[in-house]
Amino acid sequence: MKKLASVLLSTLMAASLVACGTSTSSGTPAEAPAEEKPAEATAEATAEAAPAGDEGSVLNIYCWNEEFKSRLEDHYPGYEKVDATTGKIGDVTVKFTITPSDDNAYQNKLDEVLPNNASAAADDKVDIFLVEADYALKYTGADPAVALDVKGDLGLTDADLANQYQYTKDVVTANGVLRGVSWQGCPGVLVYRRDIATEVFGTDDPAEIAPLLSDWDKFNEAAAKLKEAGYTITCSANDTFRVYSNNVTSKWVEDGKINIDPNIEKWVEDSKALVDAGETGTYDLWGDEWNAGFMKDGKVFCYFGPAWLINFCMAADDEGSVAHDGGWAAVEGPQGFNWGGTWICGAQGSDNPTLVADIMKQLTCTESVMTDIVKKDSDFVNNKPAMEAAAKDDSYAFPILGGQNPLAMFCEGANKISMANISNYDQGCTEEFQNAMKNYFDGNYATYEEALDAFYKAVGEKYPELAQ
Amino acid sequence: MSDARKKSKVVSYNKWGYIFLAPFFIVWVIFQFIPLATTIYNSFFENYRSGLTQIGPNFVGLKNFVTIVTNGDLINYSKNTLIMWIIGFIPQIFFSLLLAAWFTDPSLRLKAQRFFKTVIYLPNLIMASAFSMLFFTLFSDNGPINSILVNIGLLSQPFKFMSNATAVRCLVGFMNFVMWFGNTTILLMAGMMGIDQSLFEAAEVDGATATEVFWKITLPILRPILVYVLITSLIGGLQMFDVPQILTNGTGDPARSSMTLIMYLNKHLFSKNFGMGGALSVFLFIITGILSLIVFRISYAGEVK
Repeated sequence: MKKLASVLLSTLMAASLVACGTSTSSGTPAEAPAEEKPAEATAEATAEAAPAGDEGSVLNIYCWNEEFKSRLEDHYPGYEKVDATTGKIGDVTVKFTITPSDDNAYQNKLDEVLPNNASAAADDKVDIFLVEADYALKYTGADPAVALDVKGDLGLTDADLANQYQYTKDVVTANGVLRGVSWQGCPGVLVYRRDIATEVFGTDDPAEIAPLLSDWDKFNEAAAKLKEAGYTITCSANDTFRVYSNNVTSKWVEDGKINIDPNIEKWVEDSKALVDAGETGTYDLWGDEWNAGFMKDGKVFCYFGPAWLINFCMAADDEGSVAHDGGWAAVEGPQGFNWGGTWICGAQGSDNPTLVADIMKQLTCTESVMTDIVKKDSDFVNNKPAMEAAAKDDSYAFPILGGQNPLAMFCEGANKISMANISNYDQGCTEEFQNAMKNYFDGNYATYEEALDAFYKAVGEKYPELAQ
Repeated sequence: MSDARKKSKVVSYNKWGYIFLAPFFIVWVIFQFIPLATTIYNSFFENYRSGLTQIGPNFVGLKNFVTIVTNGDLINYSKNTLIMWIIGFIPQIFFSLLLAAWFTDPSLRLKAQRFFKTVIYLPNLIMASAFSMLFFTLFSDNGPINSILVNIGLLSQPFKFMSNATAVRCLVGFMNFVMWFGNTTILLMAGMMGIDQSLFEAAEVDGATATEVFWKITLPILRPILVYVLITSLIGGLQMFDVPQILTNGTGDPARSSMTLIMYLNKHLFSKNFGMGGALSVFLFIITGILSLIVFRISYAGEVK
């Protein structure tokens, strides 16, 4: 019975795969000849964006969600939307290939196509792919080089990039070569609840709360006070991890050996104390318990997050949420950090380098375009003068923060962030370290050493060359 | 002359036999035999990816096998798998026997048998991943089970099911039990219905109680089926993956106490570590092979002789 069912199911799956395969493959050739005819006609009209005549007619973009697509649709001059995953710039067809990042699927896809990109058929060559900070170095390293040198290959100049925050360049720089650019910065702040602050500390004024949370010792003292009143300072120990780990002085892997930075050890020490005292939990970020803290009946005092977390993740649309009534406020917190961000990389082997360079230039270097992005999408853009002007402008105040304008804090944070200590192994190490320590905090590993051993083992499975 | 014609007829019939066999054989070679052979072949190589760099394949002999055995992983995760299988199998066999006995007992005159047979089989139709997602939500720290337990005063604060090794193992066992007891019931019922009714009648005439009939007639005759159920369930248990994988989000937490062999195999997928994955698969293949041989021996013991 079960066998029959599984055979049926797999046949169905195979059939649907075949169906998908044929529909897409029959789709492209049909479009391809059509787009060549109006080529000459429209080429003149959009002269500034049009590539040189000998460049490819399809611009392939690999990404994991809709974000970059909507930025391109809304802000790139001359971009016409055709359907959900295609568009046109002049006579070039833009094709998006969206692979969700779950279960490493997006990276697996990149691993499969990028190394052979140069020999792929002209219309299948990847031209642009997007990366996140956690694994950026995997694709921006020199050996094997899969991303184009932004300055050397694509011709962007230092003057073009001058207004970008240094750390956004550090993330995608390997051996001194810049291989990507970003239109956004994601410096984070500490966001706390005004009502709890008033109850416990007697004030909700950011200026008076800031000194109470300005370093980790004070932060931990505040946690004890909050505990007495029945609140936890953060929802989970993982909330603070990014803040500690963005302020390390060494990399996860040094000379082929796993290395635990002192600041990471401090996170373990501080968090263990907090968890043992019941002043924070060990929940996963984005889980139900974590999201529950955004509600009025939540017991969580603060979260760490950048602009996108405040604007899009705190359930402001829900009447029961704290954000709905603007009940949060922001302070810089103990240390600056960065969370998220998307980097645009040009792929080696691309047959549209001129267009790739122009997209990078428009989205990440042109101040008017970037100001539009701030207005329309509430991104914190990667442009110092634009953001500093916005920081002084009250029209950029966040309703969720009760009318406070946190952009000055973000600007300050963005200047301080150092991402010089990222390595190829960050994503795996961070994930496994948090997991091993969660077990230590919960008491499933009796000692820190035991938890470390579990961490080494898990990392060894992910990266066999680091196995001990 | 006539002799030769006869011969050719035989040959042409043989040909049809091979032709009818061919589709199965081709599919078997492509989807079973070749993967099996390459798995064994791969297990002797160091062959993985680090980022975008391919390392190997370099021939390393038995190094992968030695690593898996000496670092304790094979033993550890086999132990986890076995514990969770036993937790699920004991209630499964108990309830299946009980239900099968009831369903096949004509003297009970159970109503709506078809309905109940369908109902007990239903959990097996739910996708294992959906089922474990459901349990993950039910038993999360702020989930419904915890709120019920706290509200009726059994607990003063939520119990962290997912951070307790016993709780997670029991949940996995319980889920497997609920999913598979219907299937086992149906197998056992088939076995029980095959027992000659006159045996039961004779026992009744001799004044045997229902319990005596069950222990002294049903069970002994059912033994081959029971062994079959036990071994197939054990083989299925060795391949336990989806339920604990989804329930623990692939971590096998707490402290890897619910990590099964296949979940461990899955861990090597991240680095496309074909060598280690292959070695582990070969171990699994050997264990499963031995178990299958036992089933074969028992099921066909009479006929083979």
